Amino acid sequence: MQLIDHSNNSKSKTVGRALAAATCALLGVHATGSLAKGQPGEWDVETALLVYSETDDRVQAAEPVISATRNFDGERKLNLKLVADTLTGASPSGATPSALPQTYTSPSGNGSYEIAPGEAPLDDTFKDTRVAVSANWEAPINRDYAYSVGAYGSKEYDYLSTAVNASLSRYLNNKNTTLTGGLSLGVDLVDPVGGAPVGLSRMPLNNNKSQADFDQEFAATRDSDDTKTMVDALFGVTQVINRQTLMQFNYGISYSSGYLTDPYKILSVIDDASGSNYGGNLVGGDGNPVYLYEQRPDTRLKHSLYWQTKYMLGNGDVMDGSYRFMIDDWGITSHTLDLKYRWQLGKSYLEPHFRYYLQSEADFYKRYLTASEYNSGAPVMTDASADYRLGEMTGLTFGAKWGYRFDDDRELAIRAEYLIQTNDGDQGFGSLASQDLYPDTNAMWLQLSYSF
Amino acid sequence: MPDSRLFYRPLRQAQRVLMPIAFLAATLLTAGCSNLGVKPWERDLLANPDMQLTVSGVDAGLDDHIYFSKEASSGGRGFGGGGCGCN
Repeated sequence: MQLIDHSNNSKSKTVGRALAAATCALLGVHATGSLAKGQPGEWDVETALLVYSETDDRVQAAEPVISATRNFDGERKLNLKLVADTLTGASPSGATPSALPQTYTSPSGNGSYEIAPGEAPLDDTFKDTRVAVSANWEAPINRDYAYSVGAYGSKEYDYLSTAVNASLSRYLNNKNTTLTGGLSLGVDLVDPVGGAPVGLSRMPLNNNKSQADFDQEFAATRDSDDTKTMVDALFGVTQVINRQTLMQFNYGISYSSGYLTDPYKILSVIDDASGSNYGGNLVGGDGNPVYLYEQRPDTRLKHSLYWQTKYMLGNGDVMDGSYRFMIDDWGITSHTLDLKYRWQLGKSYLEPHFRYYLQSEADFYKRYLTASEYNSGAPVMTDASADYRLGEMTGLTFGAKWGYRFDDDRELAIRAEYLIQTNDGDQGFGSLASQDLYPDTNAMWLQLSYSF
Repeated sequence: MPDSRLFYRPLRQAQRVLMPIAFLAATLLTAGCSNLGVKPWERDLLANPDMQLTVSGVDAGLDDHIYFSKEASSGGRGFGGGGCGCN
């Protein structure tokens, strides 16, 4: 925000621009209207409101953001960011749909929810508010080196996340090449509603039993809260290719350990012969079907490669393309392609966006477990999850952003994105085969931004 | 104790993929980069805010958070996300 005498400032800007234009004319290039952002002694503020909505009564979210960057002397910068979000709606539990009504215990253990025959089992007890703050400082060390340090913290009802990061950059070849190395350390505290369930233990259901028996059974499936630690390292090369082209190449390695399971996800156990839910007719059982809490490995090592290119056309339009390859020791590989084209239309711009995502399934992903895999309560595997986000997946996003620049400082923009996720995998057998095991996920988000 | 075979197999796969790319990057760096680039007075277009690798940190942050909670991948452009119980 600018609080100094406006008339003088705009006069000096005009003179500066005239000089720049004259210099560029002499050099045979045309001047571009660069914004007055990043001026020393000013705050640049970016505000936004995002509204996110999934179809079929799934997750709905509203997310306001404010990000402020203080420029000290052109190169030293402090960025502060505050994000809040409120979530409501339902999320797939991992269980399979069935030809019969199904009842599940809610995560707290204090109630249950019912799913109609043929419907996708969604856990509608999902509700959360998250607040995240971050701060980042960057500054040069000398002509050839620069550094940045940052901290992050976020809190939601059942989750606390903290991280610190630092990076060092080295400029080479007249600042045409920048080498960057960075490290981030994070510690998260997971405190699920009702306590974290014991992995692959059976979800207690209160049909056909006393409240005291249910409470005892529920308590037996609970662990206390848990932690997760993450170490990330990132190495990057940014290279100016020519006057119009900039390229970046990153390699990232990320190691997480601790509680990596989703405490709210479950798996259905299916009868090997009929393909229907297993458990209802067990001799000596409680007459309820068997659902198990999921369990993931307690470590994960990910590698990612990222390549991005920006290219400015002769008319000032900008093309932005990126590709990311990721591979991890859970057996997941993914490819992400992202393309944007910024069309300059005088004071405004229009930017269509396309993103393609392809992911293979985790080694322990199972859409359901069979009764023989369940093995009467001693499962044959140590890890299993039916979370669709760990399954084979294709994602397509189509979007566009339109922005209007009032002057050098102020910009208003609106952005809309539409995401279609499709899953594929084991189609089931017997009566399960007639159920839709992989419903699409469709999400749309709208964002209104104003920066000044 | 994780099965060491399961642990190292993806590492080996990653090595197979990463090594040629790392080699290519190193070659590009040592041989090519000194010939690439521009003179200081040719930075007019690159100085345009639209030519920054991340034009809007807010847009990128919001999208990263959405995809982090809907997919099994994160990071690449920067550090690998985290900070929510959504995945």
